[in-house]
Amino acid sequence: MVGIIGYGSYIPKFRIKAEQIAHQWGKDAVAIKRGLMLQEKSVPGLDEDTITISVAAAKKALKRCNIDPQEIGALYIGSESHPYAVKPSGTVVGEALGIVPDFHTADLEFACKAGSEGMFIAQALVKAGEVKYAMAIGADTSQGAPADALEFSASAGGSAFIFGEENILAELLFTHSYTTDTPDFWRREGAFYPHHGGRFTGEPAYFKHVQGAAKAILKKSGYKPFDFKYAIFHMPNGKFPLTVGKKLGFTDEQMKPGWVVNLMGNTYSGSSPTGLSATLDVAKPGDLIFMVSFGSGAGSDAFIFKATGKITDVQNKAEKVREMLADDPIYLDYGQYAKFREKIIMNE
Amino acid sequence: MPSPRYRREMPQRYRLEAGKCKGCGKIFFPPRLICNKCGSEDFEQVVLPENGKIVTFTIIRVAPAQFEAEVPYAIAIVELENGVRITTQVVDCDTEKLEIGNEVKLVFRKVQEEGKTGIILYGYKAVLA
Ligand SMILES: [Zn+2]
Repeated sequence: MVGIIGYGSYIPKFRIKAEQIAHQWGKDAVAIKRGLMLQEKSVPGLDEDTITISVAAAKKALKRCNIDPQEIGALYIGSESHPYAVKPSGTVVGEALGIVPDFHTADLEFACKAGSEGMFIAQALVKAGEVKYAMAIGADTSQGAPADALEFSASAGGSAFIFGEENILAELLFTHSYTTDTPDFWRREGAFYPHHGGRFTGEPAYFKHVQGAAKAILKKSGYKPFDFKYAIFHMPNGKFPLTVGKKLGFTDEQMKPGWVVNLMGNTYSGSSPTGLSATLDVAKPGDLIFMVSFGSGAGSDAFIFKATGKITDVQNKAEKVREMLADDPIYLDYGQYAKFREKIIMNE
Repeated sequence: MPSPRYRREMPQRYRLEAGKCKGCGKIFFPPRLICNKCGSEDFEQVVLPENGKIVTFTIIRVAPAQFEAEVPYAIAIVELENGVRITTQVVDCDTEKLEIGNEVKLVFRKVQEEGKTGIILYGYKAVLA
C-alpha cells in the first residue's frame, strides 16, 4: 500500500486584488470577478522563487511525518518558473532540506501539471520498491503578461507531498494520465511571458483533458462521482474547475474545500496540489478524494486517494492552507506589484 | 561573495547547522574550530531552532545598489530559543510596525544574486511568527 505520509503548502504573504489590476488597465473589475471568479491572488516577495517556496512547503510536509530526510530517496520539483534555465531547483531544495547526497532528483516542466507529474513518478518509485520515501513538489511564481487576462490569475505558491508505505495519511488507490499534443499555451525559451490560444484554451484543452482523465480513472476504479467526499480540479480561474466538475457529476459541496483559486489565484504547478492539500486539511478517515490536474500542451493526471485513520493526527502539525490564506496578508497596489514582479525596467 | 565560500557555508546558511562545544556546551554559529570559552577543539553538530525573538533592529533606508528595491528593510539581532543570537534580515512585514520582542521564525529565502546572469545565493531570513 502506497500513499501520502506527509503534505504541506506555502502561499506567500503578499496579495493583489482584482480591482487593482482592473483599474490599471481600464477593465471592469465587477465583470472579471464574476466571469473568472477571482477576488485576489498571491504575489511572491522579492526574495521568493520556486526554490524558496518548495523548501517552505516541504518543511511543512516534513513536520507532518516523523521521518529522517536522509531516507528520502527521490525528489521531484514541478514548475514552469524554475529560477535557472540550466541548473536544477532540486539540488538546492535537497541541500536545504538535508536530503543530500544519496537521492535522485529532477526538475519537471509541463505547464500547470508539473507538480502532479512529480507525484505520479514519486508514488511509482515507492510502489516499485526503488526508494523508501519520495517527495514531489509543485511550485510556481507564474507571470501573466501585463493587461492579459492571465494577469488576474497567475500567482505564487506550492505544495509538497511525501509518499511512503508506512504511516499513510491518504492511500493512493488509482492513477491515470491523459495526454495529447495540444498547443493551447506556451512560452518559448527566453521569452518572459507566455502566450495562449485565447478561446482554444477552454474546450479542446482544459475540458477535453480533465474530462478524459476523470472519465478514465472513474472507469478504471469503478467509483461514481457520488462515492467521493471531495474533488479537486486544476484551477486556472474560478469558473473552469466548477464547470468541469459539474459536467462530470460532482457537486459544489465536494469541490468547495479544495477550491482555493478565488483567494490564491492560479499557482500553476502548485494549483491542484494545493487544492488537495487544503482538502487533506479537513478530510476525515475513510473519505475518498478525487483529483485531476491539467497542464497545457496538454495533459491531465488523475488520482484517487482514501484518507486513513492517521489523517486527523497530523492536520494541526503545520499551518493549513485556509489559515495561510486568511493570515493577515499584505496587500500591494499595482505599482508595488509591478516592482515585486520585476515588470519595471531599471537602469543597470 | 565568492562562490567557493558560498558552497562551504551551505550547511549553516541552508540548514542552520551550528557547532556545540563538547567541553563546555557553548554553541557557535557559524561553527568554529576552537572554543573561545574553554579552548576545546571537540565539537558536535547541532541544528539551531527556527524560532526566536527580536533583540534589537535597525531599518535600512539607503541600501547597497543590489538591495535598493528592498528598502526600507529591517536588519535584526534575533535570539533563538536556545539563546544563540544571529543577525538577519526581517522580511514580509511593515517595518514601521516592527518592535523589539517580536516573535520571529527563520525561513529559507533568496539572499543575493551574482548579477542577472550569475548564481543565486540562498540563506535564512526572519519573518514574524
Ligand atoms: Zn567550550
